[in-house]
Amino acid sequence: MSRPAPGEGLSVTTPSDTELVLTRTFDASRPLVFDAFTRPELLRRWHGARGWHLVVCEIDLRPGGTWRFVSRGPDGAEMGLSGVYHEVEPPYRLVQTELHTGWEAGEALVTTVFDESHGRTTMNTTVRYSSREIRDSVLRTPMKRGAGEAYDRLAEVLSETTPKGDLE
Amino acid sequence: MASDILDATFAALADPTRRAILARLAEGEATVMELAAPFAMSQPGVSKHLRVLERAGLISRGRDAQRRPCRLEATRLKTAMDWLADYRSYWEESYQRLDDLLGELEADKSGTGEREAL
Repeated sequence: MSRPAPGEGLSVTTPSDTELVLTRTFDASRPLVFDAFTRPELLRRWHGARGWHLVVCEIDLRPGGTWRFVSRGPDGAEMGLSGVYHEVEPPYRLVQTELHTGWEAGEALVTTVFDESHGRTTMNTTVRYSSREIRDSVLRTPMKRGAGEAYDRLAEVLSETTPKGDLE
Repeated sequence: MASDILDATFAALADPTRRAILARLAEGEATVMELAAPFAMSQPGVSKHLRVLERAGLISRGRDAQRRPCRLEATRLKTAMDWLADYRSYWEESYQRLDDLLGELEADKSGTGEREAL
């Protein structure tokens, strides 16, 4: 499989006012991808971009168990994320809460499903916020970068977010 | 741009039919009749969606009383799309690091036989 061009592999859609859905396919087996999302020593090796990386990564992987990430940015800024696992079904499914430190209103319920087909694994993550305003705030933070290429991808994004066959 | 306007933009974008209408208008302006055709939807039904899009500033209607062609208002949509694209670009960058890691792990696994159980 060829590696997707930057910005093209991941699909981010807004299927409703309060949800974000992230879909991405990885060229690896489901147990490996599940490990990469749940084992701190692996998460530390990939989680973050644009100078952000994990400096704290604690995971108690069981229903009722807590998780806590602290990411440090290029200017030394830190951002904390934490939550509680509700469902843990290795290597198929995770349901967990997600809370930005200092922003209790922004709590989200995150459901991640991993599907394997022909040795490749598709991650489908649904993040549900309590309101549209909060969902939109999350989209605006925390990793700003100059826009510009976005408009070129307009038609692409629209076609991704347009389901086929269920128009009424 | 005020956040309430952006909220209206995202609310308008939350509907699949409205997104399909915008995708069509990204190719050029169109009349209500032209927009209604692919959706098996009545013109009043489409007009309702167009009003939502117009209120959200995502489209404008022409002055021609007969045709009133609809066109995409790119600036408003661009702001909303910039968020999505920026958010996506950040995480895609992260997932590409994961691609590399998974490649290494797969190589380790085939090099050392059975992967250790969790």
